[in-house]
Amino acid sequence: MKVLDGLYYSKEHEWVKVEGGKAYVGITDYAQESLGEIVFVELPEIGSQVDAGDVLGVVESVKAASDIYSPISGTVIEANEALADDPALLNEDPYENWIAVLEITDDSMLDELMDASAYEAYLAEEE
Amino acid sequence: MKKTPLYDHHLGLNARMTDFGGWLLPVEYTGIIEEHKKVRSAAGLFDVSHMGEIIVKGKDAEAFLQELLTNDISKAADGKVIYSPMCYEDGGVVDDLLIYKYSSEYFLLVTNAANTDKDFEWISEHAKGDMEAVNVSDSWALLAIQGPCAESILQKATYCPLADIRFYTFVPEINVCGVPAMISRTGYTGEDGFEVYIPWDKAPEVWEGLLDLGRSLGLVPAGLGARDTLRLEAALPLYGHELSPDITPLEAGLGAFVKLGKDSFIGKEALLRQHAAGLERKLTGFVMTGRGIPRSGYDIMDGERKIGFVTSGSYSPSLGQNIGLAMADIGYSEPGTEFDVIIRDKPVRARTLELPFYRKKYRK
Repeated sequence: MKVLDGLYYSKEHEWVKVEGGKAYVGITDYAQESLGEIVFVELPEIGSQVDAGDVLGVVESVKAASDIYSPISGTVIEANEALADDPALLNEDPYENWIAVLEITDDSMLDELMDASAYEAYLAEEE
Repeated sequence: MKKTPLYDHHLGLNARMTDFGGWLLPVEYTGIIEEHKKVRSAAGLFDVSHMGEIIVKGKDAEAFLQELLTNDISKAADGKVIYSPMCYEDGGVVDDLLIYKYSSEYFLLVTNAANTDKDFEWISEHAKGDMEAVNVSDSWALLAIQGPCAESILQKATYCPLADIRFYTFVPEINVCGVPAMISRTGYTGEDGFEVYIPWDKAPEVWEGLLDLGRSLGLVPAGLGARDTLRLEAALPLYGHELSPDITPLEAGLGAFVKLGKDSFIGKEALLRQHAAGLERKLTGFVMTGRGIPRSGYDIMDGERKIGFVTSGSYSPSLGQNIGLAMADIGYSEPGTEFDVIIRDKPVRARTLELPFYRKKYRK
């Protein structure tokens, strides 16, 4: 299972990449692998405010729908429209294909998240 | 949790396993969409050993089943397979079954796994005359080989001339991969194919044998996930979704399997009344025209008015569209009618169409 260095990870298997005051949010390799073939993505609306733990979007496999939770609080400034047309991009490369970009309102939230090695340990426990 | 005799084989193939009515079964091996497409283009092998089997035998077996089932089995020749709902007095459905007619004194009933115990109790409660019911679910394993190449592949495993087995007929005593088996030309995918009944402990030999023999013709193991999308495209009902104690077979569009002219059967009066009064709701197929996947239980609405609910829904691998079945008010069942499916509190447009979604290629 691929885990990238330099990202923050949530227990719900989302990742966050911070660039300046912006945060790219996506789902991890483990998440896409457990979901199976992703056939639908519901993206957040631009301008919407989310708190950490709020539903940011939804990914659906053939069998079921799963919520994506925002690992941090912020304002949605971009949504990855390419995923609406081709949801399978999330299976192909879940780290390249972010779901949304947030303007971070409170970066202390990042302290609550795991780094790559902590997430790897967490995955080992999940197994 | 119950396991089929092929549990270890599924793990060996890296299947994703799930709890299905108390059984640990494979959902997918390489992916639902891939397996689905393989069944449509070549062939898939399904382990459906969880299905229940009940033998009903004795001099009065046929008369008893005539009373129990909505379909008419008396006209069927020996060697025929008959599909029939089995109803409560109020017309709701206990289960939907396949009935294998060996003779008018010997029948094999194939039940949905989660319903087997309930069915056996129902049958035992109503038993009368010179007949006996035996639950043999633990001694039979069941493999389904489905798809356009199913016949060619299975033919490599048996001397029985499969071209002679017509749709919805069976051959009781033949060998498949050297194992004594019963074969029927039946299935649950909307494709040509066979179901192979074998002794429980011989399942691994036949599973491995068929996968080996079929590999060059594109045979792949296929899981419950593909089984569900395949049957949905073919608009075949699934108990607990399109059929239940709260849905009659007439509402589910199974009128052809309810013989209201038959002398008497459990549920007849209620179904006659419903037939005479006209249906208020009906199973209706639809395709999403807005963005979203319909799922079982979602409401369907016309503006502010609830007009029904989704019974099954999914992305359709064959059509590349999101499709569903709904129990809809009768005024919304005509093909081309539009309504909203409520997905996560938001209305998403859908349009009804003629069923099935995918046209069968059965060999008659």
